[in-house]
Order: sequence, then C-alpha cells, then structure tokens
Amino acid sequence: MIGVEHYVVVSAILFVLGVLGIFLNRKNVIVILMAIELILLSVNINLVAFSAFLGDLTGQVFAMLVLTVAAGEAAIGLAILVIYFRGRGTIAVDDVTRMKG
Amino acid sequence: MDIVNSLALSSPEILLTISGLILLMVCAFVGDKAARIVTILAVAALFGATAITADFLTNPAFELGGDAWAGIYRMDAFGSFSKILIYLAAIGCLIVTPKFFDATGEYRPEYPVLMLFGAVGMGLMVSAVDLMTLYMGLELTSLASYVLASFTRSDDRSAEAGLKYFVLGALASGILLYGMSLVYGFTGSTNYIGIRVALQDGLSTGALFGIVFVLAGMAFKIAAVPFHMWTPDVYEGAPTPVTAFFATAPKVAAIVIMMRIALDPFGGQSDAWQQIVIFAALASIVVGALGAISQDNIKRLLAYSSINNVGFILIGLAAATEAGAAAMLVYLTIYVAMSLGSFVVVMMMRDADGKQVEEISKLGGLSRSQPWLALCMAMMMLSLAGIPPLFGFWGKLVVFQAAVQADMVLLAALGIAASVIGAFYYLKIVKIMYFDEPAGVVAPSHDTARWAVLAVTALIVSPLGYLLIVPLGALASRAAAALFFII
Repeated sequence: MIGVEHYVVVSAILFVLGVLGIFLNRKNVIVILMAIELILLSVNINLVAFSAFLGDLTGQVFAMLVLTVAAGEAAIGLAILVIYFRGRGTIAVDDVTRMKG
Repeated sequence: MDIVNSLALSSPEILLTISGLILLMVCAFVGDKAARIVTILAVAALFGATAITADFLTNPAFELGGDAWAGIYRMDAFGSFSKILIYLAAIGCLIVTPKFFDATGEYRPEYPVLMLFGAVGMGLMVSAVDLMTLYMGLELTSLASYVLASFTRSDDRSAEAGLKYFVLGALASGILLYGMSLVYGFTGSTNYIGIRVALQDGLSTGALFGIVFVLAGMAFKIAAVPFHMWTPDVYEGAPTPVTAFFATAPKVAAIVIMMRIALDPFGGQSDAWQQIVIFAALASIVVGALGAISQDNIKRLLAYSSINNVGFILIGLAAATEAGAAAMLVYLTIYVAMSLGSFVVVMMMRDADGKQVEEISKLGGLSRSQPWLALCMAMMMLSLAGIPPLFGFWGKLVVFQAAVQADMVLLAALGIAASVIGAFYYLKIVKIMYFDEPAGVVAPSHDTARWAVLAVTALIVSPLGYLLIVPLGALASRAAAALFFII
C-alpha cells in the first residue's frame, strides 16, 4: 500500500537532487535551469500528495500556480542566459567569475 | 458586495497593475522614444498608489485590517505602512534613473514598466495573509528584478549579475516553496489563520522542517548570513540605479513579509525560530562588518553594509514583541533614506568623460572639488555607522531598546560591540574624502532630480530627522499593533 509518506520521500529525494545539481554542477548553466525545475516539481509532488491525503483542494490549486510560475521563470532564465552568451560566448559555470571577492 | 469591497481594499495594486499594462502597450507601439513619458507616468502611478495607501493608513476604519478576496489579502496598518515605504523608495529610484543611462543611451521604456510590476508584487506580498498570495507576490517581484539586474546589455558584468541573481533567487524560491508545501501538508491550510490555529496544539517534526525551510528562503531574499553570498556580486554588476532599488524596496518588502510570517502564522511557536533569527542577526552584523573592510569597490562595500544593516533589523525580530516590530519599521524607514542617499552619491561619481567611477580611492579629496556631495556622503556614512547626532543612531537605539526589553541583553551587547567594527570602514570613506590627496576624477553633476532625492534623504538623515521621531514612532506602533492584533 502506497501512502502519503512514500510521496513525501520521493519529493524529498528530488529536492535534494535539485539542490545538489545547482551546487555540484561545474559544466553549464542549462543544467542549473534543469535543477531548478526539478526543485519546483518536487514541491508539486508534495502539494498534490498532501492535497489528496487531506482531501483539500487548496494544494492542487497551489500546484497549478507553481507550474505557471515555473514556466515564467524558465522563460526569463533562458532570456538572461542568451544575453550572457552573446557577451561572453560561453555558458560554462566556471567562467561566471568576472566579479569576485 | 463582497467583490466591491475586495476591489476597494486592493485598489493600490489594481491601479499599479492597470497602469503597468497600459504603459507596456505604449512601449510596444511607440518604442524607445516613449522612455521619458513612460517614466513620468509610472512615477505618477506610484504617487497615486501612495496617496490611496496613505488614506488607508490614516483611516481608523482600516487600522486593524479588512480582509479581501476570501481571506487571502489583508489591508491593515502594517501592510499600508510598509507599502508607502516601498512605493516612495521605488519613486526615488525611478526618478534618478534616466540621467544615469544618458551616457550610454541604453535607457528603454521597459525599465519603468518592470519597476511598476515589481512594485505590484511587493504590495501583494506585504498584504498577503495566505501562502499562495505571498508566493505570487514574491515571484512577481523577483522576475522583474532578474530582468532589471541584467538591463545593461552592453556590460558583461550586468549579464553576469542577472544570471547569478536568477540562479540563487530561483533556488531561494524553491527552498521557500518546499517549506510552504511542508507547512501546508502538516497543518492542512495555506491560510495564516489556519496555520496558526493548527500549530497551537504543538509542532510536528514536519511542520518544524517547513518553518525552517521557509525562514531559510526568506533569509536568502533579505541577504542575511549564511545566505548572503550573492549580494556583493549582484550589487556590483547591476546598473547603479537598479542596485539602489534592490537595496531599498525589495529588501523592505522581504523583511516585512518575514516579520508577518514569523509573528503571525508561526507566532505561537516563536521558540522554534528565535534561535535561528538570533544566529542570522549576529552573523550578518559580523560578516557584513568584516567583509566590507577589504573592499575597494564602493558598490561592493555598500552591499556588505546592507548585510550588516539587515543584521541589526533582525535583532528586532529576535525579540518577537510588538515593540520589536515597531522598532524594525522605524529602522527600515531610516535605512531606506540612508541607502538611497548613498547610492545617489555613487551614481554621481563620474569622471570628465561621463564614465561611471566605482573605486573608493577615486573619492580622494572630494571635499575640495565638490564640498556638498562630500558633505552628503559623509552624513550618510556616519549615519550608517550610527554616530549620535545623525538619524541612523535613533534606528539602532530603538532596535537595541526592544531587545533589552525582551530580556535579550546579551544579544544587544554583542550587537553594539560588533557595530563598532562596522564604524571602521564608514569612517575610512569619510577620511578618504576629507583628508586624502585629490584624485580629481569626479566631475560636477547638474541633474535636478538626483540633487532633489539627495537633498531629501540628507535632510531625513541629518539631525533635523529627529523631528520625525514622534509621527514616525506613532505610525510604526500602529502598524505593529495591527500585526499583533490577531494574536
């Protein structure tokens, strides 16, 4: 029998993978965008699972809101990435170091 | 009837949203020529929203708040006080902007529109009494800010600042959201009242994790240690007027929602979060003070200074009392004036070719070449250091007073001791301006808007600011009383 705790565990694993994806990744910024999506989707699993478990629709409404915002966030992230690529000609994470201190 | 009431209560946001959408159409159809008129109209819309909000703040009928939209939005004295502060800060940042981009010719009409949408988001989040409204407002502000940070397309640093701000801001939103989902799951509600009622019977481990994640996400947004590492890079890379905006309006909004969420839904469980806030406050004060010492770029220095100030503001939250909340609002008001003034001075630092100068050493001998500018900067710096005749001292005093009243004498003592370290680099700037050999790079500036903003902020910061103590204190206490009313 799969209960709400299984969903919470899956979502926690996805969340941790997303955070690690941001910090351990040294290759390119697109991977970071994917990691951010992963975090938001782990939140959605949580919300929908809790919503079903509690028999309360609020969580599902919240999940729809998160999906919409995630789309907007990805669009803006890619737009900034394009500006960055035009100026620098690379999107490797190790090169994002013009400012340091 | 209910919908009419809701519309009336959220009228500042509605006014700003409609103006933003109309001005966006103007941008699309008229193009870059419209930049000037769009800026003027955006400032007018912000003034209109300020006037409406001021009406709500002074009207006793709304002092303790009216709920709108089925209890996801509340217009109370606390929200309207913060909103006025946010709108005024946005106006200040907006009117000094067009001149800044003159040298490069990169000013476009999207800029004021983005600022308006940012202001809508901030208004929404300070009035939010539901996690969903809070998240929507926060994202609206953040999305506008990411674009503003990377606004100068010709400058590599600006794009890099935008990218860093985006990645870390999105991570912060993700952490905050994960916390919200846990809070929802373990309390069964996203509404502040519902969460508060559910937490009264004790705190489950899941809800505790939720509270910690929510506060960590907020700490990212207000740039408190240990989540501050993005601040210096973003402040340095973003165009200076945008940096001034980041240091004032969104920071006020983020601190205000942190207060509301910590004291309203999680207010019954203050033991769970007080330790975290105390740690963040002390660590921010120390890291902000030590980090600033070795900086040679003035914008990076001001970034560390803002981290340092957030630490002092959090001391008021650590007290978790009504007096502490009122003290935070007073400090925030003074902080907005001080940091807006400092950034306007930074905007005016240009060499003879009109190029922006950011090195601290280039300030040398400013007192001889431009005595008024040097005087204003010296006042801002001494006030940030909290030296008595200036108004910045009052902000620190009320915050420490609130901490002592809440029996946190040790916290107050450590805070005062650490603020002495901070005084070092503020005084260093004053010394460079008044006693070093002239570097002679700062060309005179004749922009009325900038001098006007600088004059107003300098007046507030000057000893004349003490005339504001009574009205400001009364408004802040009313706002704090409204925040604590439900409790």
